[in-house]
Amino acid sequence: MSGTWLIRGVRPLGGEPTSIVVRDGLIDSIGAATKPAGAQVIEADGLIALPGLVDLHTHLREPGREDAETVETGTQAAALGGFTAVHAMANTDPVADTAGVVEQIWRLGRQAGHCDVHPVGAVTLGLGGARLAELGAMADSAARVRVFSDDGRCVSDAVLMRRALEYVKAFGGVIAQHAQEPRLTDGAQLNEGEMSARLGLTGWPAVAEEAIIARDCLLAAHVGSALHVCHVSTAGSVEIIRWAKGKGWRVTAEVTPHHLLLTDSLAASYDPVFKVNPPLRTAADVTALREGLADGTIDCVATDHAPHPVEDKETEWDTAAFGMTGLETALRVVQQAMVDTGLLDWAGVADRMSRRPAVIGRLAGAGGELAPGQPASLTLYDPAVRDTVNPATHASRSRNSPFTGMDLPGRVVATFLRGTPTVLDGKIA
Amino acid sequence: MNRHLISAGDLTRDDALLILDTADELAQISDRPIKKLPTLRGRTVVNLFFEDSTRTRISFEAAAKRLSADVINFSAKGSSVAKGESLKDTALTLEAMGADAVIVRHSASGAPQRLAGWVRGTVVNAGDGSHEHPTQALLDSFTIRRHFGRSASSRAAGAGAGDGALDGLRVTIVGDVLHSRVARSNVLLLHTLGAEVTLVAPPTLLPVAVGSWPCSVSYDFDAALPKSDVVMMLRVQQERMNAAYFPSVREYSRRYGLDAARMAQLPDQAIVMHPGPMNRGVEIAAEVADSARSTIVEQVANGVSVRMAVLYLLLGGAEGDS
Repeated sequence: MSGTWLIRGVRPLGGEPTSIVVRDGLIDSIGAATKPAGAQVIEADGLIALPGLVDLHTHLREPGREDAETVETGTQAAALGGFTAVHAMANTDPVADTAGVVEQIWRLGRQAGHCDVHPVGAVTLGLGGARLAELGAMADSAARVRVFSDDGRCVSDAVLMRRALEYVKAFGGVIAQHAQEPRLTDGAQLNEGEMSARLGLTGWPAVAEEAIIARDCLLAAHVGSALHVCHVSTAGSVEIIRWAKGKGWRVTAEVTPHHLLLTDSLAASYDPVFKVNPPLRTAADVTALREGLADGTIDCVATDHAPHPVEDKETEWDTAAFGMTGLETALRVVQQAMVDTGLLDWAGVADRMSRRPAVIGRLAGAGGELAPGQPASLTLYDPAVRDTVNPATHASRSRNSPFTGMDLPGRVVATFLRGTPTVLDGKIA
Repeated sequence: MNRHLISAGDLTRDDALLILDTADELAQISDRPIKKLPTLRGRTVVNLFFEDSTRTRISFEAAAKRLSADVINFSAKGSSVAKGESLKDTALTLEAMGADAVIVRHSASGAPQRLAGWVRGTVVNAGDGSHEHPTQALLDSFTIRRHFGRSASSRAAGAGAGDGALDGLRVTIVGDVLHSRVARSNVLLLHTLGAEVTLVAPPTLLPVAVGSWPCSVSYDFDAALPKSDVVMMLRVQQERMNAAYFPSVREYSRRYGLDAARMAQLPDQAIVMHPGPMNRGVEIAAEVADSARSTIVEQVANGVSVRMAVLYLLLGGAEGDS
């Protein structure tokens, strides 16, 4: 399927229309006037070319919760969202805390072939927060794990967090922290504020996130290691990360599409499709997150794609699962929140959704420039169309999209992974 | 008026006054030897109680029966719910049985609103988690009205003025506001009816965003007492007592309990309310609970009248009556 492709009339990073020739898995040339012999042609007038998107934060649910998602369906969803690489979070069953499990997930990703799957290793055994998992074994495995996270749970023990940060220096790893002080969030359901007070839902205070981020920035500086902060959700967190970066410390951060667009006022319906961890925050937080992403304080957008079966969401709010799907809407939401508002141009989107997450994930073959000789992993996107989000049409096995029924701009038309189309005309190729 | 009663905030002033005036009329039934109206004959009312609350359940049951409805009591304990059935499946079961109204008590905030999305019948919130308990607020307003001469009967007798609202009355609500559905519903309804509400609690038992509520807030019970026409005491739940919300039960009682000395600081006309069940000796002293100012037993009686009015109005009882 690799072959030769002529993508005609496309606008790289939203620039002037030109032609891109893809051959043997690489970008062969940009600006070719004639059709190479045997090339298949994609008429791409009006489409934008972006480097293949990289997600630092995806829950593929396999092994263990194949009723919610599998590597096959999750990576199809990723490809349809324009992604060519995802990082599969470790909170599977069994937990991805050994070389065996991460290699299994990595192989499932290779078999599926819709995008690259980079397993994230657990920081602690069984996500238990008590003993370090064999981080070195996972790093040395075929999966070459570099990102470690107990995501879903916080590495709240300060000593354990310090040791983890120190230990991964030996192989250039990074600890991706789910920042949530557990005692301050016992039973927490919704951002602590006007909405939680009115709705009678247990509050999830911003300080529970910010206190851990502040502590971890100081720990990372102290031991000279790299910290990545998962799903930053509050204005105060942006301030702390801005301060830490100002010191020159090795701190990076991500924000989810849903935290860039939605607020806790949606919880008034008590529909758990809006229940997520960290919770939706206030309009002031959304503004601060957008500004932080625009000025680079927040390095990247990561989906925190968290599929759940219907029965785990069709319940009372308190008993529902936390999480939202996001792979198939991420780029569209970013257009709505960042591009159409003038905060980012398409080069900026490429930086925040491809280049920087690839750097944080220590991925050599992803997040490159759109230039001759680079791997032809790219996304063709039509920003001019609009459509109502309908999760019934999604490839994800789950339907818990908070954007259901929302009118969003944009459509991913095609995705190429090293010269092979994974998506053509908006469908799995 | 909405088809459901989920939040006291959904009631307009006119809605609330209509319920209270209707309750006034229906209260007269309770004084008759035969306490029954044929209004809801043939209608099915389900009491769906996921939490134990004998007093609220029998109050609704009495209300529905006095209106001649068929009442089904569905208690979660020992039922399919205890075997893991979801709220949605329970709702569909009730729907299949043709429930015209579902009265729901649940430990999760928002459960009645979820239920309303799954059944065709009317949903009445009988208390959901820390969210709301709107019929409790209605019966409290009903009780206050009667004591301050603003009920329909006293207006008819020329004793009261206005439209029967609570304009200008000063109501002080004391205790665990953070976890109290009674407080939330009362703040909303009392505000709608024109009363001036003050919440008094230790700062640990107030929501952080309480400043956005239509009421004032004080940490000083003694300062609020002389300015109160009504003092409403909230129950302190056992589980709060061991979770660092306050140092000890005795300290809570000293600072926020209503004892005889504090009661003496109240204006002459002031009344003392409690939604029950009480912790005597914690938030309220026995001599206060049993004093002439206490309306606690009266609140229970009024609960039946107010719940009759709610069922009558929401189930379109007026049509069946004509």
